[in-house]
Amino acid sequence: MAYSTKVLDHYSNPRNVGSLDKNSAEVGTGLVGAPECGDVMKLQIKVNPATNIIEDAKFKTFGCGSAIASSSLATEWVKGKTVDEALTIRNTDIVKELSLPPVKIHCSVLAEDAIRAAIGDWKKKNGQHSQPQAQPVEQRA
Amino acid sequence: MSTNVISGNGNNDVKLPIYMDNHATTRTDPRVVEEMLPYFTEKFGNAASRNHEFGWVAEQAVEQARERIAKLIGATSKEIIFTSGATESNNLAIKGVAEMYKEKGNHIITQAIEHKAVLDTCKRLEKYGFRVTYLPVQKDGRIDLDDLKRAMDDKTILVTIMTANNEIGALQPIREIGALCHERGVLFHTDAVQAIGKVPFNVIQDNVDLASLTAHKLYGPKGVGGLYVRRKNPRVQLVAQIDGGGHERGMRSGTLNVPGIVGFGKACALASEGMAEEAVKLAALRDRLKDAIMGQLDEVYINGSVEHRLPGNLNISFAYVEGESLLMGINDIAVSSGSACTSATLEPSYVLKALGAGDDLAHSSIRFGLGRFNTQAEVDYVAERVVDTVKRLRELSPLYEMAKEGIDLTKVQWAAEPTH
Repeated sequence: MAYSTKVLDHYSNPRNVGSLDKNSAEVGTGLVGAPECGDVMKLQIKVNPATNIIEDAKFKTFGCGSAIASSSLATEWVKGKTVDEALTIRNTDIVKELSLPPVKIHCSVLAEDAIRAAIGDWKKKNGQHSQPQAQPVEQRA
Repeated sequence: MSTNVISGNGNNDVKLPIYMDNHATTRTDPRVVEEMLPYFTEKFGNAASRNHEFGWVAEQAVEQARERIAKLIGATSKEIIFTSGATESNNLAIKGVAEMYKEKGNHIITQAIEHKAVLDTCKRLEKYGFRVTYLPVQKDGRIDLDDLKRAMDDKTILVTIMTANNEIGALQPIREIGALCHERGVLFHTDAVQAIGKVPFNVIQDNVDLASLTAHKLYGPKGVGGLYVRRKNPRVQLVAQIDGGGHERGMRSGTLNVPGIVGFGKACALASEGMAEEAVKLAALRDRLKDAIMGQLDEVYINGSVEHRLPGNLNISFAYVEGESLLMGINDIAVSSGSACTSATLEPSYVLKALGAGDDLAHSSIRFGLGRFNTQAEVDYVAERVVDTVKRLRELSPLYEMAKEGIDLTKVQWAAEPTH
């Protein structure tokens, strides 16, 4: 399979690899996917409680190059956004940015799920209502 | 494809990319090509032309090749039928026997990790009313002979079990399987494509009635294969699956691929001469690769039997690292992965799943297929690249991090995303 230059770049130089303290109240952690399916993403955000701005984001991903690139890109995009702004990121934006082929769309779906899961975890910790469930995949992909 | 030369230690220069996928196909040996060439241009006759020199020359070349192939597997030349390759040979053997012996019985036995050319042929026969038993394999990739005994009944006409597996290199106990078949008057077919020219294979000693062969796995050209069909004790009959001019004793019509057949014959002659020595060399290179990888990485697992294995095969799962991402990191090395992402079906390897290792280890597997043209310098380069890439990807892997924290990954409630 031929990868786009952007996928190769994120694969070779992944942004924001690492972990944040999952016990901190300012940190939200999303862990999505399953080893049996061949991809697991962990995406963490650190939110400034005063501004609701995501000040830091880290990821670790078990998965193919497109999965690594999608989650790396997701951390870049959420940083500096407010929590609500981050929730507007769609998997289709990731597909477009990375020129993912149809068989790799699920990688982008997983990255969107990871963002939502991390924000959901942070909201839960901070006593906020979690966002409505993600829309069905068919409508998003 | 761009190539470049990396200076290794001293004079061990390695030319990139490195080919280490010799179960998929092999480079045609230059000595084979040389022998084929005249049969495209000067000696281009049709081997079935009986009334002129061009035909006689072609026929003579075909018969010499037939003898060379027969010699490699302990057969007689009349027992070799030429085909387009192993897929056709497997189809002809299984469908041809099923059709010929359907009055005698309708039961066929095979096993879970056969090549799709065997499994899908059996599935088609099921649609036509045949009963097929798919034996499971043990953890080492070999069938249990007791399972085979239990599966046989008075309607069993054919057992088809490969000699060596293409993914994990596991060698089946074919001699014992053949003996069991012969005791009960059941025909034994084996897909021997990965084995011939690599490990000793003799149709008499191994009690084989039909064997599928192909040229391109043993340094011959693509598009030419053969089927061994036993002529006595017992005499095996087949119903042809391709109708036409009655070539190949009526079992396979179609003008013979003379240059390809000449190449196939030469490849077998080279294998007859050099196999024993080459197997020792390949096993040493394979073990060097294995030791280098396993000496530097924890949690790597060999898939399939270590003892009963093709000398050039190494199939390893690198826990917590997904196969396709590993292939991306070693993109100057040609190998294969059992990961779903690298397969057309988007399913992880059915062979590795059948070993019971778990889908996660199938996703993490890499098949290294060493061959005649690989060198020690290449093995050292590959080991270094693989170790570096696995270490880098494990730093990126949430699973590795969780495992290091002592979390039992099998007990985690995974939120699998819905497209799977």
